[in-house]
Amino acid sequence: MSATLESANAVVDVNGVPYEAVMGIECHVELKTATKMFCGCRNVFGAEPNTNVCPVCLGMPGALPVPNRLAIELVVKAGLAFGAEIPAFSKFDRKNYFYPDMPKDYQISQFDTPLTQGGVVPFFLPDGTAGSCRLTRIHLEEDTGKSSHAGSRDGRIAGSTHSLVDFNRAGVPLMECVSEPDIRSAAAAVAYLEALKRTFVALGVSDVKMEEGSLRCDVNLSLRPVGAAEYGTKTEIKNMNSFNSVRRAIESEIARQAAILADGGRIVQETRGWDEAAGVTHPMRSKERAHDYRYFPDPDLTPIEFAAADVTRMRAELGTLPQTRLERLVREDGLSLVQAQQIVDTPGLADFYDAARACSGKPQATVNFVLGELSRLANERGTPVAASLVTPAALAEIVELTEANAINSKTAKDVLARVWASGGSPKAIVDAEGLAQVSDAGAIDGIVAGVLAANEKTVADYRSGKTKVMGFLVGQVMKQSGGKANPTLAEERLRAALDGGA
Amino acid sequence: MNPLDRTAADVARAVNAGETSAAAVAAAAHARIAERDPAVGAYLAETADLAREHAARVDARVRAGERLPLAGVPLAIKDNMCVAGTLTTCASRILEGWIAPYTATAVQRLLDAGALPLGKTNMDEFAMGSSCENSALGKTANPWDLGRVPGGSSGGSVAAVAAGEAVVALGSDTGGSIREPAAFCGVVGFKPTYGRVSRYGLIAFASSLDQIGPITRTVEDAALVYDVMAGKDPMDATTVDLAVEPAAAGLREDLKGVRVGIVREFGLDKLEPDVRAVYERAYADLERLGAELVEVSLPTADYGVATYYLIAPAECSSNLARFDGMRYGLRVEGADVGQTYEATRAKGFGDEVKRRILIGTYALSSGYYDAYYVRAQKARTLIADDFKKAFASCDAIACPAAASPAFEFAAKADPVSMYLMDYYTIPMSLAGLPSLSVPCGYATPPGARGPLPLGLELSAPLFAERALLGIAHAYERGTRHATLQAIPPLPSAVTA
Repeated sequence: MSATLESANAVVDVNGVPYEAVMGIECHVELKTATKMFCGCRNVFGAEPNTNVCPVCLGMPGALPVPNRLAIELVVKAGLAFGAEIPAFSKFDRKNYFYPDMPKDYQISQFDTPLTQGGVVPFFLPDGTAGSCRLTRIHLEEDTGKSSHAGSRDGRIAGSTHSLVDFNRAGVPLMECVSEPDIRSAAAAVAYLEALKRTFVALGVSDVKMEEGSLRCDVNLSLRPVGAAEYGTKTEIKNMNSFNSVRRAIESEIARQAAILADGGRIVQETRGWDEAAGVTHPMRSKERAHDYRYFPDPDLTPIEFAAADVTRMRAELGTLPQTRLERLVREDGLSLVQAQQIVDTPGLADFYDAARACSGKPQATVNFVLGELSRLANERGTPVAASLVTPAALAEIVELTEANAINSKTAKDVLARVWASGGSPKAIVDAEGLAQVSDAGAIDGIVAGVLAANEKTVADYRSGKTKVMGFLVGQVMKQSGGKANPTLAEERLRAALDGGA
Repeated sequence: MNPLDRTAADVARAVNAGETSAAAVAAAAHARIAERDPAVGAYLAETADLAREHAARVDARVRAGERLPLAGVPLAIKDNMCVAGTLTTCASRILEGWIAPYTATAVQRLLDAGALPLGKTNMDEFAMGSSCENSALGKTANPWDLGRVPGGSSGGSVAAVAAGEAVVALGSDTGGSIREPAAFCGVVGFKPTYGRVSRYGLIAFASSLDQIGPITRTVEDAALVYDVMAGKDPMDATTVDLAVEPAAAGLREDLKGVRVGIVREFGLDKLEPDVRAVYERAYADLERLGAELVEVSLPTADYGVATYYLIAPAECSSNLARFDGMRYGLRVEGADVGQTYEATRAKGFGDEVKRRILIGTYALSSGYYDAYYVRAQKARTLIADDFKKAFASCDAIACPAAASPAFEFAAKADPVSMYLMDYYTIPMSLAGLPSLSVPCGYATPPGARGPLPLGLELSAPLFAERALLGIAHAYERGTRHATLQAIPPLPSAVTA
């Protein structure tokens, strides 16, 4: 494999011919609604099995689905966030197949009229370059129940004596987001997924937790010579439970396919499961025959129709999208991509940063405080920044005081901690308590003289070439000044006194 | 007079007035069922305890000053409707012994209005059939001639009302399952507009066609029951949010100013002479009562049966998938889950149900979907359009409810001949129209032991239930066929 892990294009060498990986990603995202898709049961993760169920989501005879309007709007918003088209007409279809964790033995889904069509997901790669991936469609369906198998050593169905089904998840609204085959590297795949996650979290569409299954993704991957127009034979990779395992699974599968091609072999079109522990993909048990899902419009549900005004309203409700913010932070504020992502990905932090930056006018100094001392306090105290008593204006005062050399960094930290706990204006605290940094050369020279007099041995060490002791001497000046001395000036005056007095 | 021989309007009036109690009505119903049902076989399960419980509740409410539209009215419920705590089987082995955990909206509304749930009635399995012979759990006879079928699929509900084993009943109509048996048993059977009555709790056969409706002895009673159960239900997304004008207040005594369409393509010349004579007289009676008869054309109605037998099986193939032995009902263990599915469904479903699941699965299959399902949907649209055009020149359409009176058991062994029994009812179902059958006379086919009832089918534009019931009421009052003497001359063995 080439050294392009962090870039948009992974190129592998197959017997001297450069090959590129081509990927499309299908994501299943559970929506964060209060209730399920077609009934009033609660939509929560981790409840006791089969406690959030009713005749509708259990598929009892005679029960009927009633669509959750909020879920429909969340999907439309997800599409609008990426510039997708919202068709005026959409409907639900039945996807028919038998499975024990599917109560009706059909899934209510959408076949040929997805809620959103098209759109583009922009993202940044770790090396800072911009990339994008086109969306094919986003449609809405209901999740299935969850099977677990008992009696086998490893919890797998093979060798099990019986199976248990938890229907709490059955009927949870599930959005399927299908991409075009625009992804060319593991890094781009992860960047694409992070962009989806960032947007869905910001819009309140989903909490997007792969470990809880609220995001599940399948990657379709094939290789072809760079420049070829036709796609190679693809495999579908499943069972990744973190972004990191997505990255590893893709890298492993690229290597596997490249090795087969290098040996003159052919790729078999199949579904492969990612084995996290072994770090390889395995072929999954193939279906005996191709499924005919016999899709047809669900006669229990009426078509979904959107007036132009509905779409306009939903578009207005989107607010500032994370990708827009990221681009602004990087391009206008000059933040690093990592800083910008940290700001955008922490709930409430972007608004705080924006407000503080607007007051201070100094993006980099502001972000240093927001991601540094302020985030440290937030972690230490277990309270989000936005919920603390530090207002954006207060932070801006600290930025201004620091930038103007009016206080030193230690004072800045102390004052910030005090404002976090009890609020108030940093300027007022600094003024009232005389915490302003001492930047008067005469005053510092007085302290320096005292420190030199009290530390003769150290002075001798310095003069004999052990210049490292300067740090100790600066510390002594700071101590004598009650922490208020300007440390840069203190060092400057110390050096002048020591070198000049030689 | 035994309350079981009265109308619902009369029973409710008497109970509300304190002339009799709901408890007394429940006791009379229990006695009547014990007396007659061994011969008729209308019920799969009697719910006498539940009826008594509801009767006590009704009596308490009446004593407290409430006036209930269906106070103490004995009600039979087709066994494809869920009633919490009762056996609900769809007359199928696959649901034998299943107890519903909740109550259908339509049933609940009737119970809230004071009706007494007497029991669950026999039907063709999953409402698939036109004679009640497809029941896996019981045999129901036509009270007019115990050697004949009651019609179907709501055969048990219709037989219960006709035999005086209930005053009103609920049926469900997908392609004629209320109207055809009502005609066969000489009672009123009414299918409201699709979307008027909630299907929540009605075990689906074909979701885009199924509709619950009342089976009664009079049009007035049909209006009374309809008024109570019609209207938007938040649990059924296909119910329409449209105000229901009380039909009971729109009943009329004559047909002055009413235009009744007679369908050119439904010429009476195909019928047996005595049946034909009944319908000729029915049309003449409509005219005599003041209606203007106009000829209308439904050129695509002839495709109704073929269209229906693609759409309904397609939907049923999906609706009946859930009966898989995993969560409720019959389970026949196999070596693995696939074999358990197969063994359960092979044993649990009867031949007609299997036939329709197969037809429907085929019609929805990849490569056949466009040729069958999509074309059938297009035909359905054309049929509905024909009705729209016809209703431009008339207020209601009149035609036979069935081509013949009730036939003998096992007379229709060929499935297609059975399917054709719904020739006159299917087009209206496909168009979603309100449609009813009202008694219109008698015919005596060769070999019959006596006259057998026939029904006149009246149909109206979408949501014109009030007008339709008004017209049917005028016809009922203005003719002597539909008398309030609704109990047919049951054979002496039964009445004794």
